[in-house]
This record gives sequence, C-alpha cells and structure tokens, in this order.
Amino acid sequence: MLPTPDTSHVPYSRVYEPAEDSFLLLDTLSSPAESTFLTSRFATGPSPLIVELGPGSGVVLAFLTAHALPILGTRAPLALGIDVNRFACAATATTVIKAVAGAGATSASFLDVVQGDLVSPLRTRAATGGEPAEGMVDVLVFNPPYVPTEELPGPPGPASAGVVGGKTTYEEDSHLLELSYAGGRDGMETTERVLAALPGTLARRGVAYVLLCAGNRPEEVKARVRGEGWRAETVGTSGRTAGWERLQVVRIWREG
Amino acid sequence: MKLLTLNFLSCAVKTCKTSPLSFPLHPKDAELAKDDVEPNPDLLTNILPRLDWSALRTTAAELGFPDLPETAPSPEELVEGGKTVQDLHELLMETQIVEGKLVCGCCGHEYAVREGIANFLLPSHLV
Ligand SMILES: [Zn+2]
Repeated sequence: MLPTPDTSHVPYSRVYEPAEDSFLLLDTLSSPAESTFLTSRFATGPSPLIVELGPGSGVVLAFLTAHALPILGTRAPLALGIDVNRFACAATATTVIKAVAGAGATSASFLDVVQGDLVSPLRTRAATGGEPAEGMVDVLVFNPPYVPTEELPGPPGPASAGVVGGKTTYEEDSHLLELSYAGGRDGMETTERVLAALPGTLARRGVAYVLLCAGNRPEEVKARVRGEGWRAETVGTSGRTAGWERLQVVRIWREG
Repeated sequence: MKLLTLNFLSCAVKTCKTSPLSFPLHPKDAELAKDDVEPNPDLLTNILPRLDWSALRTTAAELGFPDLPETAPSPEELVEGGKTVQDLHELLMETQIVEGKLVCGCCGHEYAVREGIANFLLPSHLV
C-alpha cells in the first residue's frame, strides 16, 4: 500500500475532507490493473500532464504525483490542480509539495494550482479542417460534486475569490462545501460539462478518471460517452451492496 | 504560479479559445520570487518536446529575463548537472509569479495573480 498524503493542514470548514470517494480514487489509481495501463501509456514519451479538477484537499493529486514512478512508470509527469475554491487551491499546493518532499525518488513534479471553473483555463486546440479537437491533458482526474440536489449552487462569492488569509462568514464556508458535493439534477450537471469538454481537454493518448455514484446512473453515463466515440469502463468500485455499487470510478479514453 | 504553467493555459473566455492571441497570456506588473525546488532530471529531459518554446521565449522576455535561444536545447545539451539543465530548472520550476496580472491578447481581460494563485474565474457577463 502506497502511503496516503498528509492533509492535516487543510481547513475542513471550507474544503472537502478526504472521504470514501477520495480513497476509492487512490485505491483505483494504484491498483495493479490501472498502474499497468498507465505505465504502458506514459512511461515513455514527453512528460505527461496530470490535471485534477476540484482537487479539494489535494489528497488524490498529491498521491499521484508522489507515487508517479510506481503508478505511471516515470518521474516525468507534471501535476496541475484547478479548483473553484481558493482555499482548496492553497491547500492542494501544500499537500502536493509536502507529499513530493516526503516521497523523494518516486515522485513527479508539482506544476501549479490555479483557481478556475473546471477545464476553462486550459489551452486547447479546436477542431480544424481534417484535424479533430485535442487538448493538453494526459491524465485527468475528477471527483465531481455528484450528489443529486434540487439546485446547483452558484459560483463562489468575492470573499472566497480573494486572498487565502481573508475572512469568510459561516455562510460563505457552507457555500464552498456545498460546491464540492452538490451536483444538481441526477448529480450530473457539473460532470456533464466536463464530459462535453473532453475532446478539447484530453491529449490523443489522454485518459480521464471520473468518479460516479449510483444516483448518477453510471451505466447510462457510460453508454452516452461510448456513443460519442470514447471507450468507457468501470475500473474501481466501493460500497457494493445487493449487487450494485455505491461509488465507482470510470476510465474514459480514445479508441486505438 | 510558475512561469512554466503559462505554457499550458489560455484565456478562459470561450470565444477567445480559438484565437491564437489568447495564448500565451501576458504577465503585467508581475512580482517574481524564486522557490527552492528539488531538480527532477526526468522531467527536464522529457518536458521540452511538448513545450511551446516560442511561447516560453515570449513569457520569459516579457518578464525581463535574458533572451532564450531561438530553438529549444537539444537532448545532447541537457547533460545532467550541466548549466543548461540548471538554468532551465531555475526558469521553469523555481521562478514564481507571486502577484500581478495575466492579460489576454485577444479580449484584454486581466486575470489577477495573488499569493501565487492565478484566478481564472470570470465575471458573470463573460461566462
Ligand atoms: Zn480573452
């Protein structure tokens, strides 16, 4: 078992605390099957760009970065986090830097964390003439706000867009936490935006790991994604009761 | 925010994504700092093939660094422990934009960098 990154510095009143979903991602990414898949794809060639959307505490991004050698077969990757919550950005940077320092000779390099809405800050190449759209990301990890809720919370207010040391109210903190789990209709509103943006986000060899809960209707989601020309397989599950999984990780990648 | 990061980002405004002017973003009033980062030779030798070297040259020049060569160093020049590797490590991995702005050459929008974190959230009228 590869060690779990230290997140003791993370302010859990306003940043999502690592939970069953985070740990399922750690277990899945470090499983023999996924390590073999990732190593076969990324151990050679240009440095892979690893991007986590909504890293929160940063535990998953830090895990992948610190254990790049056993998981991806190379120390060449660069790790980037994008989070809407400014406190999560600061927390993730600290978590990854600490984990890299602790891991030594197995770790990749920390690139950055930027504050932003999902993939919107990333460079992309639009489809032109005969060339399909393509993005920069080799490994995309997304533990989305997947809980079905009546409404999707609005973007964070000015306080949380400000400085990390700035004061926030209890309401603002609750709003930040709500953003980390509330997924709107079927818990899929935010995830759907990411799935729709995949063609311009993933590199040709790119692969996405997206966490889904049973309420997201994962079989339908996978069928839809496949209908758009992707491959999609469940590669990790947890909370199996009476024949269905509470949580699962779906791997999405291009055919061939 | 690292200088290298600017090689992977562009303006967040949807209509700018197709414009070559939205990349790279242009630093303005940038306050720089240097972090101590453990060198990772595997990264330095494998990152160059995927970098947009001319964008990196632009960024470095705009931040007041001495001109980078017109083309990226060849693999033969990247000797472990050599000066080229050390310079690249300092420029790409250790140089930080701590405060300042990043300006889109297409729409003119300015993204704030504060405490080393760039904010790409857009005001509602630009989403
Ligand atoms: Zn723009």
